[in-house]
Amino acid sequence: MTSPDPSATSRYPAGSAAFPHRDLTGLAELAPWELLYLMDEAEQWVDLNRSASKRDERLHGLTIINAFFENSTRTLLSFEIAGKRLGADVVNMHAAQSSVKKGETLIDTAMTLNAMHADAIVIRHQSSGAVQLIADKVDCPVLNAGDGQHEHPTQGLLDALTIRHSKGEIAGLIVTICGDILHSRVARSNIHCLTTLGAQVRVCAPPALMPAGIEQMKVTPYYDFDAALDGADVVMMLRLQQERMSGQFIPSPREYRHLYGLTLERLARAKPDALVMHPGPMNRGVEIDSNVADLAGRSAITRQVEMGVAIRMACLDVLTRKARGVEGWA
Amino acid sequence: MSMSAPLTITGGKLVLAAGEPQSGGIRCETGRIVAIGEVSAQPGDTVIDAKGQLIAPGLVDLGVFAIDKAAFHFGGITRAALMPDQNPPLDHPARVRFAAQSGKPDLWVHPLAAATRGLEGTELAELALMRDAGAKAVATGRRWIGDSGTMHRLLSYAAMLNLTVITHAEDAGLAGNAVATAGEMATRYGLPAAPAEAEALAVARDITLAELSGARLHFRQITTRAACDLVRSAKARGASVSAGVTPAHFMLSDTAIGDFRTFTKLSPPLRSEADRMAVRAALADGTIDVICSGHDPRGPEDKRLPFADAEPGMAGAETLLALSLGLVRDGVIDLPRAFALLAANPARLLGVEVGKLEIGFEADIAIIASERPWIVDSDRMAASAGNTPFDKQGVEGRVTALFKGGKQIG
Repeated sequence: MTSPDPSATSRYPAGSAAFPHRDLTGLAELAPWELLYLMDEAEQWVDLNRSASKRDERLHGLTIINAFFENSTRTLLSFEIAGKRLGADVVNMHAAQSSVKKGETLIDTAMTLNAMHADAIVIRHQSSGAVQLIADKVDCPVLNAGDGQHEHPTQGLLDALTIRHSKGEIAGLIVTICGDILHSRVARSNIHCLTTLGAQVRVCAPPALMPAGIEQMKVTPYYDFDAALDGADVVMMLRLQQERMSGQFIPSPREYRHLYGLTLERLARAKPDALVMHPGPMNRGVEIDSNVADLAGRSAITRQVEMGVAIRMACLDVLTRKARGVEGWA
Repeated sequence: MSMSAPLTITGGKLVLAAGEPQSGGIRCETGRIVAIGEVSAQPGDTVIDAKGQLIAPGLVDLGVFAIDKAAFHFGGITRAALMPDQNPPLDHPARVRFAAQSGKPDLWVHPLAAATRGLEGTELAELALMRDAGAKAVATGRRWIGDSGTMHRLLSYAAMLNLTVITHAEDAGLAGNAVATAGEMATRYGLPAAPAEAEALAVARDITLAELSGARLHFRQITTRAACDLVRSAKARGASVSAGVTPAHFMLSDTAIGDFRTFTKLSPPLRSEADRMAVRAALADGTIDVICSGHDPRGPEDKRLPFADAEPGMAGAETLLALSLGLVRDGVIDLPRAFALLAANPARLLGVEVGKLEIGFEADIAIIASERPWIVDSDRMAASAGNTPFDKQGVEGRVTALFKGGKQIG
């Protein structure tokens, strides 16, 4: 199978040397060209998804299990669509509501999935490191769909792809990520991805939601949102969970909005063409105002969802090439 | 204990309270040391040739979570103070009495009485009854007592009963559900973390309350520079405060938690490199009195889990001696100080006449090949589980023979 645009992939080493990893558990360890390879691979799927047929059969006959130990709507849907558009048989396991929670059960669940001869397993789990733990026990590629507060690699990649579609280039951009940095795997994967690709990343949060030592991850921390926005090319807002706004970390939602809500007025501090992003689901009127979220030409929030399917198709394609016997990968 | 033949160990190097090891031997009768130095075997003695190896006191391990005889004997440990965190907790005289008998004859277990009922940190347990049932000290368990009023009453009561209180030093409010020390590693790995200062907060409060109540207070582990400074200055004032540490905190920093290695999940968690160096300095200058194993063997059901969900603790008994001897090789402490930390000081805190090569003391003796190299292997441990953070690490120093009450073990 040839790539639609051979020039796009010719920058990379041939075959599996372009992405020599069985799993995608995080972006922290990936080299810039590996990140770019997955993003470039996703471009063909952006095009396909916009076409009428939306169908490719390269994963025909493969079984992909989405094992979600934590509730998810959009990520699960995105992975399911990605697998189906490539022709795979996709099954979803919702472990969040079942008795499967932790303990040996997690390893046992992994062994069970493995015994079903899945060709790829997509995992979301509420504990940092859980995906790696499972990956070490199974024989097929594992994709991390979010583990605790650790990583959410496909989100990092889809955000980078979204930025690239709008700005052309990641290197040199100023990206401001604002919100619950402490508890956010999205923030961590974005930090790894964007700094590796040469962006200047600022993180903004109140002290209680700013993790210690974050500056060691090559980002600049800010408490003052206005200062963090100054001259930014991209503003990425993070969701703040309701339970963290009731006095434990933040006194109230309206106080949070007062300090960290992205309003039109605040957005004016960023560059005139600054891109507005949010991984969703949004608390409209809290971390982001509706008129900002819906700002035509500036808000990339639905574009992120679109890129998400393409990135996940690319990841599923690349990681199953060995099993499919693709030349240079088997 | 059945009477055994007197024991004479010859041809060794005696580890004494100070100075270089002295060539000589030791003779024991009816379980006690009767001669040290130039000894000659009497007719009928069991005679052991130490072949130039160290003759040292058996180790006294202050604060273990499980009785794991094979691991203790491998590590040269002849007495272990058992933490009250058992199931059910050691908060009742009958359980204390049972635990006190559980290792005999070849391992003596000194139960530590639970300070509060169920270790809940609210109601005082029956400390006097437990003392008279064999408890050698009182311990708060894995947890800190958050209520200062309760802690004050506990310390006053224990002072009256002449019992040392062994506490866990982590401010529970600040520590919350943390499983790592706040810093770059915890942030990169997305682990719930608390500032290292949670320890100093607890230490400061408890020193204050100990001085107020006149109690003897022992911190089972201090692992940060700030806590070491507080203990150092309290000692300088003459407060009855002492402190311990496990080898993990003088050997490892929190970079060891990389790749979510649950064998490095400890309580308190591993700290920064600066704190590790401060702990070594505190071992050198006498601020820290005890090195203990914190032995807590944990199988896969407790450790083969995501980091935050795994139980804390390490199987430390086997590596306690070798890693402590590493401090001697590194020039941090000398050999007599190593055995003060491993035997004499914990024995003194427990009030038992052991832990030194001294005439009249119980003949708990280890013969040690102090330079014998070996490799820690979590798959082949004597302990009931192999959860060591030192897996595949080369160490030096191994017990070649162990005697409890003058009788050889094994």
